[in-house]
Amino acid sequence: MCGIISVVDRSGAVMDGARIRDALSMMDERGSGEGAGYAAYGVYPEFADCYAIHVFFDNIVETKAPVDALLETWGTIVHDEEIPTYEQAHLRKIHTPWRYFFRPDPTLMTGTPSPEDDIVTYLVMKVNTTMRGALIYSSGKNIGVFKAAGWPEDVADFYRIQDYKGYIWLAHNRYPTNTRGWWGGAHPFNLLDWSVVHNGEITSYGTNRRYIESYGYKCTMFTDTEVVAYLVDLLARKHGLDEELVVRALAPPFWDEIDRMPEKERELNRAIRLAYGSAMMNGPFAIVVANHDGIAGFTDRIKLRPLVAAEEGDRMYISSEEAAIRRIAPELDRVWMPRAGEPVIGRVR
Amino acid sequence: MAIGSVPLRYKITIDPDRCMECGRCIENCPYGTFRKEGDRIVAVSRNCTACHRCIAMCPRDAITLVEHPVDYRSHPLWTPEAREAIYNQARTGGIILAGMGNAMPLPSIFDRLLLDACQVTNPSIDPLREPMELRTYLGKKPSKLAFRRTEAGDVELETKIAPNLMIETPIMIGHMSYGAISLNAQLALARAAHTAGTFMGTGEGGMHPDLYPYQKRLIVQVASGRFGVDIDYLNRGAAIEIKIGQGAKPGIGGHLPGEKVGPDVSRTRMIPEGSDAISPAPHHDIYSIEDLAQLVRSLKEATEWQKPVFVKIAAVHNAAAVAAGIARSGADAVVVDGFRGGTGAAPKVFRDHVGIPIEAAISAVDQKLRSQGIRNEVSVIASGGIRDAADVTKAIALGADAVYIGTAALVAMGCRVCGTCYRGLCPWGIATQRPDLVARLDPVREGEHVANLIHAWTMEVSELMGAAGINAIESLRGNRDRLRGYMLDEGMLQVLDVKTVGA
Repeated sequence: MCGIISVVDRSGAVMDGARIRDALSMMDERGSGEGAGYAAYGVYPEFADCYAIHVFFDNIVETKAPVDALLETWGTIVHDEEIPTYEQAHLRKIHTPWRYFFRPDPTLMTGTPSPEDDIVTYLVMKVNTTMRGALIYSSGKNIGVFKAAGWPEDVADFYRIQDYKGYIWLAHNRYPTNTRGWWGGAHPFNLLDWSVVHNGEITSYGTNRRYIESYGYKCTMFTDTEVVAYLVDLLARKHGLDEELVVRALAPPFWDEIDRMPEKERELNRAIRLAYGSAMMNGPFAIVVANHDGIAGFTDRIKLRPLVAAEEGDRMYISSEEAAIRRIAPELDRVWMPRAGEPVIGRVR
Repeated sequence: MAIGSVPLRYKITIDPDRCMECGRCIENCPYGTFRKEGDRIVAVSRNCTACHRCIAMCPRDAITLVEHPVDYRSHPLWTPEAREAIYNQARTGGIILAGMGNAMPLPSIFDRLLLDACQVTNPSIDPLREPMELRTYLGKKPSKLAFRRTEAGDVELETKIAPNLMIETPIMIGHMSYGAISLNAQLALARAAHTAGTFMGTGEGGMHPDLYPYQKRLIVQVASGRFGVDIDYLNRGAAIEIKIGQGAKPGIGGHLPGEKVGPDVSRTRMIPEGSDAISPAPHHDIYSIEDLAQLVRSLKEATEWQKPVFVKIAAVHNAAAVAAGIARSGADAVVVDGFRGGTGAAPKVFRDHVGIPIEAAISAVDQKLRSQGIRNEVSVIASGGIRDAADVTKAIALGADAVYIGTAALVAMGCRVCGTCYRGLCPWGIATQRPDLVARLDPVREGEHVANLIHAWTMEVSELMGAAGINAIESLRGNRDRLRGYMLDEGMLQVLDVKTVGA
């Protein structure tokens, strides 16, 4: 189950979260009230140069001070505050969501081409694996993830999602089937600039997790989607693959197809499967990955989960259901069903 | 002290109402269990090894074989085996030889690992209707790829991929040398490898000219004895394997008695006829990883960097660290042979007491290579006691790229695991060089049987993968999530990195 919807405005114009909320609610039968969430790009223009670090604190008395101290060790907290929330009858507030606007000190991480990103990645892993009662679930620049255990409309109203404006939105309605429903397990999953929403189960999770952990990532959220964010970070940021090649590594063509390709293409695809076989994802999935440049949606190689794409002017949509897209844009220029494993990419110009 | 004889182990009975005195049992038993007395056939049970040849060949099903009841005083520690070993050694003063794999009644870890399957939320995949990919590449892989975009927007691959072996099944046939097994047995295995599209190891005995037609499917072995090794031999193989150790006898070498070195074996091994073929325990040019790296490079240089080089070690407690060293030595694959691996002949005390289970070794090797960030750069092959498709699947889920089968392939050719290979009288024509016995094995028919076995297991592996919702073997490799431990202790679950059932 699970319902996903995402939209990018390719001109970079911002949209508020009101209609995303309605669109996600259209797919309530795809969820179970145990998790929903939203990610928006462009929501913190006043702190665009800082990493917006969102943290769930079990309580702010015992767990916040060590997180503050850790962040201060590695950089400067430019500003921090509790993320405003509004009581909802059907949503039990378990954690206190907090946001830091953080500027890492690049001189503290040597021997890497991207010290700031690496410091933030380190902090995410460090907090999530060693600091009980604190969980960093969003860490990119000028983006924010807002999620909780509840129905889409309750989670949206809890954060007043309509108050945020972004040029890319990702939203997810969760029906957990392999792990319990909890705030950290709700989607979107995020690391740095990458956010992921996912409908399905990744049967290769055990392989993917062991692969990604050998590169220093640590999976802490007990769910298979988390690994997708890290795989994309590894392949795209660290190994320099572009979006199409990342999707090619994660959902590659079958050997039969590769064997029929012209020689050069065959060698390229063979090399990708040989080098990135452990990153390849299996099982039923429909995934949308976003970064500040755009969104990319793709399904598993035999399309066991639905995915529909649509365009209307500058906006491009990817969702589980056409009905959800039409809730935002009743008149669409084009609607299509991407083939299995074929990426749908919407780039901001 | 009068030791006397030990009691017989098996009891053969011939049903006189069924026996028609055709004498096939006499012809078929190389151990002299049967003889004609007047107009009837009698059995000397003491000679029986439970090879089952007589039973299989009796046209009237007249022969019955039972394990002879133990007539020792029962004792939990001083088992009949322990006492008989002492009687035998007290009498002979020698090392006790044994064939096949470990015969101790130790629990199998494979049997305490259960595979997972999907239900509802995660659809299982039907291999009859959906593509299922078991294609496996063995060899070095780059940890990352470098690309270049041309001005036209095309992607140019800049990374050069090292030579890999490609197979459509993760099942290969392990190394059994000409000498340890007969030429007909090798021919049958080579034909099977050819038919099944997989590879077979030549063992350390060189390559007999009759195997040349199958050389594209052969992995040649370089062991400490260097038997049969020259540039022609190396160039004929699809890959080269350096044998450091063997699961049945870690830490010791090999010994083919001179009486088995006939003209053909002598030519193939490149040693004088009738001379003992002794593979020393160590390679006399390898006393460190650096030395191993030199040999790996030498073999690659000799074959113009066209062939993957594997290194085989026995599963021992330090196998993980050794495997990491092998990976860094430039080798393309590490073969780990578990303590249940078979052998033609080994001291019984080694076979039964040295080494560790393949399940734990593979898991530890996989973990160590990952912790060093080099798992992707080297292939891992598991061997030693793989009995069925479930074992294959579990070995891969624990981290192997592929498996070697040995005993299972022999069983497919008729072997009844009597464990008497070291006597060279194998009634099935497998572990023998005696021409009349070798002639009993038809390479064409037995080749088909072995190929059938690999085909059947390959189908079963794909069914198990489909049930787990996996359609490519890359996603099974190291996927501990698809396994659960049943009645395994906490320590073993940790080594295997597997959750318990119900978790």
